[in-house]
Parts: sequence; structure tokens; C-alpha cells
Amino acid sequence: MADLKFTDDQASDAEVAAVAGVLGDTNATEHTHERVVRGGTARRHAMRHLLLPALHALQTESGWISRGGLNHVCERLGVPPAEAYGVASFYELFKVDEAPDHDGPVTHVCVDGPCRDGSELVIAQVQAAGGHTHRSPCLGQCERPTAVFIQGRRGPDVVEADSTPFALTQAGNPGLRLLQRMGVVDPTSIDSYREHGGWAALTRVIEMGADDVLTALSDSGLSGRGGAAFPTGFKWRAVREADGDTKHIVANCDESEPGTFKDRLIMERDPFALIEAMAIAAITTGADRGWVYIRGEYPLATERVRNAIDQARAAGMLGADVAGSGQPFDIEVRRGAGAYICGEETALFNSIEGFRGEPRNKPPFPTTNGLFDQPTAINNPETLLNVLPIVLDGARAYRSVGTEGSPGTRLFCLSGHVAKPGLYEMPFGTTLGELLDLAGGATGDTQAILLGGAAGSFVTPDSLDLPLTLEDTRAAGTTLGSGVVMVFDTTVDLTDMCTRISEFFRNESCGQCVPCRVGAVRQHEMMVELTGRNGQGLAPERRELHDDMARAMADASICGLGHTAASAVASAIKLGLIGSPS
Amino acid sequence: MTAVQQPGQSTEVGVTISIDGRDISVGEGATVLDACKAAGIDTPTLCYSDNLTPVNVCRVCVVELEGSRTLIPSCSRPAEEGMVVHTDSERVRHSRKMVIEFLGSGVDLSQADDLNTWADHYGAEPDRYGPKAERIDEEVKIQDDLYIRDYDKCVLCYKCVEACGDDAQHTFAIAISGRGFEARISTEFDIALPDSACVYCGNCVAVCPTNALQFKTEWDLREAAQWKPEEQTVTTTVCSYCGVGCNLEMHVQDNTIVKVTSPNDHDVTSGNLCIKGRFGWQYVQPSIEKR
Ligand SMILES: Cc1cc2nc3c(=O)[nH]c(=O)nc-3n(C[C@H](O)[C@H](O)[C@H](O)COP(=O)(O)O)c2cc1C
Ligand code: SF4
Ligand code: SF4
Ligand code: SF4
Ligand code: FES
Repeated sequence: MADLKFTDDQASDAEVAAVAGVLGDTNATEHTHERVVRGGTARRHAMRHLLLPALHALQTESGWISRGGLNHVCERLGVPPAEAYGVASFYELFKVDEAPDHDGPVTHVCVDGPCRDGSELVIAQVQAAGGHTHRSPCLGQCERPTAVFIQGRRGPDVVEADSTPFALTQAGNPGLRLLQRMGVVDPTSIDSYREHGGWAALTRVIEMGADDVLTALSDSGLSGRGGAAFPTGFKWRAVREADGDTKHIVANCDESEPGTFKDRLIMERDPFALIEAMAIAAITTGADRGWVYIRGEYPLATERVRNAIDQARAAGMLGADVAGSGQPFDIEVRRGAGAYICGEETALFNSIEGFRGEPRNKPPFPTTNGLFDQPTAINNPETLLNVLPIVLDGARAYRSVGTEGSPGTRLFCLSGHVAKPGLYEMPFGTTLGELLDLAGGATGDTQAILLGGAAGSFVTPDSLDLPLTLEDTRAAGTTLGSGVVMVFDTTVDLTDMCTRISEFFRNESCGQCVPCRVGAVRQHEMMVELTGRNGQGLAPERRELHDDMARAMADASICGLGHTAASAVASAIKLGLIGSPS
Repeated sequence: MTAVQQPGQSTEVGVTISIDGRDISVGEGATVLDACKAAGIDTPTLCYSDNLTPVNVCRVCVVELEGSRTLIPSCSRPAEEGMVVHTDSERVRHSRKMVIEFLGSGVDLSQADDLNTWADHYGAEPDRYGPKAERIDEEVKIQDDLYIRDYDKCVLCYKCVEACGDDAQHTFAIAISGRGFEARISTEFDIALPDSACVYCGNCVAVCPTNALQFKTEWDLREAAQWKPEEQTVTTTVCSYCGVGCNLEMHVQDNTIVKVTSPNDHDVTSGNLCIKGRFGWQYVQPSIEKR
């Protein structure tokens, strides 16, 4: 038990009310005298997961995490102020240094990838109109550069809705599996969802039973779409077999890999499908609690998922007895607050639990020691959506497209210099060139293509024949990652792009482990140095140094962020796209 | 208190792993680091301490495990039957060297004696990042007469946070704030230590591997170029303030107590003390200046 000590800073009445809106009136702690509170450990632990929502409430109310506001939240939750400050200062969407000098919203402008070209202009325009701006890492709207996200003050956060002409070029195409309803169904209506085939898979799962679902999943060869390509059947079986009264299903909707926007469109355009797949996961694994962790910059997706959960609950698809299956399962939505690393599964657990979003060491794995140290199946939304056709049509039909090693279809996020940037579903094995053709072809002279996002690697137009499968990309030394295909024509300064990618990792490293925390900074400095050399390229010993750094980062870092933080830059150097004398 | 089996102790239910080609048996619950110790292999560690929960963040203790894509931290990874481990492969030497080099390129390691020995061993060259490499640049925090915080020397090993929190003191006065290279050990809003929850147990000072946290007495002597560890004697005694029976090690230079520690392997303290044992020697010796 800890005695907590607070400074004398007091929360404003408005802050107290804002926090009460999130915490209700249960306190984790009781006052004993003026500056000290005592709390029951169990109750404190049980409430800690409300820290992040409470901090969101403070930020929206005051435009920053004020000292008095932090004290108040800590007092109510029994969290030591130093720890809460450590949590607040971890996130990009929380301001901790000083009170803002204005009362208005803040426009976050993306400075990554295809948005990079237009960001300074947009920033200048917003400022000229008297607005306030913030340079943001990829906002997950890469199909409509330059992306902006408006962080509200005492009002809602806003992103542009459903406006891009090409976002879903394939909409209505009967061959689609994952995108079949998108752009066709009314994403706000459970009736519309049912009319378009919704809940049939859940009904089927209740008839089949968990064992048959697990067999179908394993036979299908479905592997994770969040980046690591882990076999989903294996994961779900491990959770089913794990001991534990409480088990969790988590949908990882943190989607912050630069170039990725598929999960946003899934949530915005077909949110009920995500809920149905999570209910299936619950019945199959025996999980009773569900969580959708959505990145803070996705307000529309958050609203649509919340609405879908409410309607599903009202229809008996969630709650004490899911669709008559006997399985209890309900879902809570959690908003991230601006941290790419919180997409790493164990960092995400820490974030939900109210701790800093620092990845945990593995083993132990989430299937036994996940959220709240309990068995957890965490999946990407695209992975979850694949479960629906697998249970409806069977594993064999599922495998009828794709390759032996990469069965089924894949979502690709096309952005940059293509005629129709947007989200595309194609069977695994489609070549890079075919995919670009589908998107209306490359515009301009293609210089390079970034596959897999900032954590992926560059390829050149020589690779247009590359079949997009897990095995072929691996053999070619690249990756599909989260499905990013970002096209750069010859007008793009790739040294600048690589400098920005290295800055991204520098900013997003959680800072826990040395190889990533320092390596990412040294890599960024090297890119800045390269920019300053005006086309003289990298000296041989600097190339060697980059190689030395990249190896140690890949070998000795704790998590995937550090493992991959040097790969895009390394690929660009290796292909001669940057670093050679011009 | 329940009896806990000491990791590393060889018992009937042990595991055997191969380390650098030799079979080593250790008790259930032992780590790979314990097994390395049992094999007589010296391993660099920075964030590990036998009185703290391993956080495995510094990565200087990594070893190569056959079948694992990446290297693994020996300090926290439980030894499992049949593991085949290499502690001196090219990959291991490279990563250990780079970790030390990375740290040396941004942090003042001048008083991190153990690490400097390893830096030589692995041939770390922190200078090759050039003069423009960004360094941690913080003003030393001298906010009281008991201990100072010089975060230029901080390697973010988390030890002080653990000692202040769950692992010893349960005070939670300090935590990690910020992210990435901007991450720092900090009180809330970086308020001064005397305004924070700190109770001045000095347990954070005791675990700091780089002297980022040090007794004010030591700091003052170093500033005056009068710090002479080779002339110091250490006298063990039992703290006289209360009946708990904490062992104290009084470090004495020129007949003056310059700092107080407690042995990590002492049953009562595990290296931890309270403000009285740690800093309450002034009644023996009012202050350095009045000497
Ligand atoms: C730095 C980092 C960021 C990640 N971000 C995401 C993400 O935004 N969404 C996601 O599904 N997986 C992300 N992952 C992968 C997850 O850790 C995890 O593998 C995935 O959620 C598992 O789901 P799957 O098996 O369905 O792919 C990330 C991994 C790392 C290392
Ligand atoms: S690799 Fe980077 S992001 Fe991952 S734990 Fe280490 S410092 Fe944090
Ligand atoms: S002296 Fe004790 S209470 Fe103060 S910061 Fe250090 S460990 Fe925490
Ligand atoms: S101050 Fe010392 S103990 Fe604390 S993190 Fe830094 S180096 Fe480690
Ligand atoms: S001593 Fe093992 S990671 Fe630091």
C-alpha cells in the first residue's frame, strides 16, 4: 500500500466534472487527512485502467493535463502522481508542458508519406485562418493527402468522412470477401448489416461448435494481418486451452503504421463485421470480455464501432448470452492517445491497463499472460474479418484463391503516385504490377515503392513481377507488413523521405531499450548528415556504421519497432536509392 | 514470509541447458544468467540486480539462443530444458558492443566503472558517431543536502524507479516520463524532490549503476577533486535507530563518513535502508565542511 502525496494544485470545477463523466462516483481511495490518501490495493488495481480515459477527459476540457487535474485523477484512482505523469507524457495527444495559450481546437497535419508534399501548405493555410496546428505522424488517411485530424476542445474530434472518390474502387464487386459490404451497407444500421449477410457466420459458429471452428481456422491457413503473420488458428486454440476464468478478445485497431488505412475503413464502413467476428472469437475461445483499442486519431471509426456495439447488444448479439450460444461476452472501446508503439500487442495491454505503453518481454505470450495478465487473443481487424468467410464457406473454399503458403485474399493500402489510391482486396499471389494496374497504374515515372510501411522496405520498379505473398516477399528480402504499397515517382526526394522515416522511429520509440532508443536517434542523425552532404553520398565508414546499427537494433531490441526501425533506410541504401554520390 | 526457492540453486527438479558447448544444470526458475554464472561465465549487466525484478531493458546481457530469431536477454529469460545458448558468438559480441557504444555516445559513463571495463572488452567506440551526436544534456539537480541527481549520467536502467516503487520502497516518487530519447526519470511535472513523495530512503541511490544518483557528500568531494575511493575503508555495523537490525556499511574517507550502503545479500535489508540509516550519520559527524 502506498501513501500518496500530492502538491497543493487543485483541479477546476470543470475538470472535476469532466473526470466525473468518465469515472462516475466510485473512488479507489479514501482521504485520511489533507494531503495523504490511503487506498485498498485491490480497488486501486481494479480502477487503474480508467486512467487513460480520465486523461482524455482532462485534455479535452483544459487543452492540457494540468497539475491540479492530474492530482484530482490520481486522488480518485489512487495512482501515484509521478506514475500518472509518466503515462500522460508518453502520449502525443496529451499536452503536459504548459497550459495552451488558446481555447480552440488543434489541427494535426500529417507530414508522412504522400501527405508530405502538401503539409507545409496546409499548415500555413490553417495558421493564416487563425487556427492552431501540430505536425503529426501518419494519420491513416493516406488515400486522401494531405490528411488532417482536428483535436477538439470541449467538443468532438473530427476527421473528414467518406469523401474520397477512389477509397473503395472495388465496392460492390461480387468476388470480394473482406470488402464485400463496404461502400454498399449502411454502416450505422444493424438491419442493413443483416440484409447484407450479417450474423450468418455467428449463427453458423453456434451450430458448428468451437472445435470445428478451430479446425476450420487451422485448415484455412489464416495468418495474422497485423504484421507478424502468426497463425490465427494456433493462437485461438492456445487461448481456448489456457487456464483462466476471465479471457479477453482484443481487436488491435491502433493502426499507426505509416501508409496503413485499411482498419479505419473497416471500422468506418463495416463495423458490425468486426463485432460479429469478435463474438465468434469469444465463443470459440471461451472469452467473456472484449476490447476494441482504436487509435485516438480515428474519431469517426470510434463513433461507428461504439454505435455497432450498442446496436449489437440491444439485439442480443452481445451481453450475457451471445445470440443464444450461452456464452457471455461484451465489448468495451478504448481510445489510444497518439503512440505508434501502442499497436504492439503487449504495449497495447499496458496502455489499456493504465500504464506506459511499453512492450513487455516475451515469453510469456498473450495467449496465457495477456491483458490484465489473463489469457488473451489479440488480432488485427483484417484478420478477424477473414474468419467470417472461413466459417461460412469452409477452409477449402477459402483456400481456392491465394497460394499454398499464403491462402486467401489480402487488403492492400495503395497510396502515393497511383491514379486511384485506396483500399484493394486481391488474392495473395497477385503481382505488384497487377495491383498497380488495378489502381489505375502508376502516375509519373516510378522511382521506388515502399512495401509494408515505415517498418517495411523499398523496392524498385524492377520488382513489378513480384508475387505479393508472404513467402515471395520474404525470399525477396522485403515484407507485406500491414499491406502498405506506397508509390513514389521521380519527383520525390527519397533522402528527405528516409530522413522523415528515421525521424518517425526516433519519435515513436518508447525509449525502453537501448538499441532502439539510441539507435533510432543515431540513424536519424545520419540521414540529416546525408541531406547536408548535397549529393556526395555516404562515406564507406558511415555505410558500415549504419549496417552495424541495423544489425544490433534487429538483434537486441525488445520489440518489433526496434527490430524493423532500420530496415526501410537500409533497403534504400542497398538499392542505391539514397546515399550514393549523385 | 514463505520460503522461496532461490533461483540458480541446483535441486532435484532442475533443468539442463547447453552454454557454449557445456551442459549446465540449474534449479527450476533459474534464468539463463544464473546458468551462465553457474558455468563461471561473466556476463555484463546494467539494468539487472539480484534485489530487483528484471526489467530487461538495457540489452547488454543478451545471448544467442539457437532457434530464436533475435538474441535474448539472459537476465530475465528462464532457463528451459534443452536450450542451446552461445554467450560469445559474433552476434552476441556485436550487440553488446553496440549497446555500450550507443550508451557512451549519449551519456556520461565516466563513473560507470563496471561498464567501462566491458566497453574495453568489446572494443566499443562511442566516438564514431561524431561530435554532432546528440547527448543527454541536463543540469544536475541539487535540491537538498542528501543526494544529487545528475541525469547526464542516466542510462535509463529503471532500477531507481523499481527501488522507489514495487520492489522496495513503495513510495513511487519517481517514474519514467516522456518517450524515446526524451524519456527521463522524473517526479510529476519534474517538481523538486523535496516537494515530491520522496522519503529520502536513498534506495534509488544504492541501485544506480552509473552514479547518476549519488550522495551529496560524494558529489561535493568529487567537485573538489577530493574523492579518493582507494583510500576509503568500509566498516560494517548495525543501525542503532530502531530494532529492525539493518546492516550498515559506513564508507569512510579521512575519518569522515562519506556514504552509507547495505549489502544486497543481507536478510533484513536486501540492500535497502530508510532515511535514518542511510543519511542519519550527521549526529556522528555534523557536516563535511565543519570537519
Ligand atoms: C511497433 C508495432 C506496431 C504495431 N502496430 C499494430 C497495429 O497497429 N495493428 C495491428 O493489428 N498490429 C500491430 N502490430 C502487431 C501486433 O503486435 C500483433 O502482432 C497483432 O496485433 C496480432 O494480430 P494478428 O495476428 O491478427 O496480426 C504492431 C507491432 C509492432 C511491433
Ligand atoms: S524496441 Fe523500441 S519501441 Fe520496442 S521496447 Fe525497445 S525502445 Fe521500446
Ligand atoms: S530516496 Fe527513496 S523515496 Fe526518494 S526517490 Fe529515492 S527511492 Fe524514492
Ligand atoms: S538514475 Fe541511475 S538507477 Fe535511475 S535509471 Fe538512471 S542510471 Fe538507472
Ligand atoms: S541486464 Fe539484462 S537487459 Fe539489462
